[in-house]
Amino acid sequence: MPFGLLKYGLRKNYPAEHHFTPATDLKKHYDVVIIGAGGHGTAIAYNLAKYHGIKNIAILDKGYLGGGNTARNTAVIRSNYLTEEGVSFYRESVKLFQNLSNEFGYNVMMENRGQLTLAHSDATIRSFRWRAEVNQHLGVRSELVDRQTIRDLVPHLNMDEDVRYPILAGLWHADGATARHDAVAWGYAKGACDGGAELHQLTEVKDIVVEKNKVVGVQTNRGNISCGCVVQAVAGASSLVSRMAGIKLPIHSFPLQAMVTQPYKPLLTPHVSSPHLHVYIHQTSRGEFVIGGGSDPYPLYNTRSTLEQKETLSSAILELFPFLSQAKILRQWAGVTDMTPDYSPIMGESPVENYYLDAGWGTWGFKATPICGKTMASLVATRTVPELIKPFSLERFYRFEQVNEAGATAASH
Amino acid sequence: MKIMVCPLSGPRNISEFTYGGECHEMPDPSGCSPSEWVEYVFFPDNKAGVVLEWWLHTATSYWFLAERNTITNRIIRTFPASEVFSERMEFTIKATSNENKESRS
Repeated sequence: MPFGLLKYGLRKNYPAEHHFTPATDLKKHYDVVIIGAGGHGTAIAYNLAKYHGIKNIAILDKGYLGGGNTARNTAVIRSNYLTEEGVSFYRESVKLFQNLSNEFGYNVMMENRGQLTLAHSDATIRSFRWRAEVNQHLGVRSELVDRQTIRDLVPHLNMDEDVRYPILAGLWHADGATARHDAVAWGYAKGACDGGAELHQLTEVKDIVVEKNKVVGVQTNRGNISCGCVVQAVAGASSLVSRMAGIKLPIHSFPLQAMVTQPYKPLLTPHVSSPHLHVYIHQTSRGEFVIGGGSDPYPLYNTRSTLEQKETLSSAILELFPFLSQAKILRQWAGVTDMTPDYSPIMGESPVENYYLDAGWGTWGFKATPICGKTMASLVATRTVPELIKPFSLERFYRFEQVNEAGATAASH
Repeated sequence: MKIMVCPLSGPRNISEFTYGGECHEMPDPSGCSPSEWVEYVFFPDNKAGVVLEWWLHTATSYWFLAERNTITNRIIRTFPASEVFSERMEFTIKATSNENKESRS
């Protein structure tokens, strides 16, 4: 059998399929330069190449394809936000996610498992009722559920009443899902490169050339390029990159730590999160429990691990799933999250002409990948801001029109 | 646990402290433009490197300043705010009848 497989692999009729263009020298000019080859950057390139006929695109990345926060998020997809703007935006994203494997001809392992958010206080139940009403009004499946329904959905959840924070009710979001995060970036990159875009890894942007308040070029460690426009999609380093173009952003960068346990048999279907305990958990298709929580308590450009954060996560998750006390932590990691004051992203035009922002993705970036790619590409190609992302412009802070998603975002993912 | 030195209480666990934001010069609240104020309130430098920050020792409600490197997380220096702010800051707003009309419309 192994020999048969080897023969199959070496036969010329089945050549290895390349996901992206092999490394070439940079061209002198690109119509669109995208900084950041994560899910967002590649999704923008994909939509430009496939739906807007723009082919002369360079996707630049200091590291490698999908190696930043695309690889570090915990792959949660949901749309049960609180504001009309937020819910409408993420609802479209979930819809696009559902068809993504078909769109690519490439399996992103999307699984519609649902999401259960837990309430441990009357105040949380009130806010859940509010969110459920807003969601249902906008066509998103969310409902307030009682303790018995929670027991049916998650039989292993600790429903004891003599714990520190007993579970009173839940917000059940049937549209909640998960997908293979790397595959999303790979699928988009493959499609973008098939459509003519170039992926340049290990290409660090050193400076952004702005003349008369208009971006005209980018200086990299591999040479200078002139460009028609620039899109920055660099979650975790948004302030640092935008500063090169002279743009200040309302962002604080905090690390967020997550961890996974050893694999178990499949026993937890939905994603379970508790905003009160600052913890969330789901079981991956290979059996590991992914455990994440809130961001670190102070800003840092560092993905180090701290014992205190691991202890907080562990103590919270043991209250919900006591059987995990036997589990070993297999690995841990962190990603830098760009937090905005209103917990909503920043998308659209910037004070510099032809320089577009895709930033401030805090802890809600992965789930927005398909719709962000679609709307940002439309903005770059047509130079008109799509309705869906109008509320998320940088300008909103100057008009005091923030989109408050603090309650629906913090530590519930 | 990481240790931070409180200028009042000495070395303590970092979990006893609350981060209070970057320390910047405040524009004159009654004289600056709305966009200057917006940038002061919402737009931090968010620098990768050494920054000057406000910190609170939560247990004693004591606010002080700290120089910290946001790449290495090394706390370089902590000191009382009186080293930077020598006099009390007043927040009296000179409201005129015109301004009141604008804010209502």
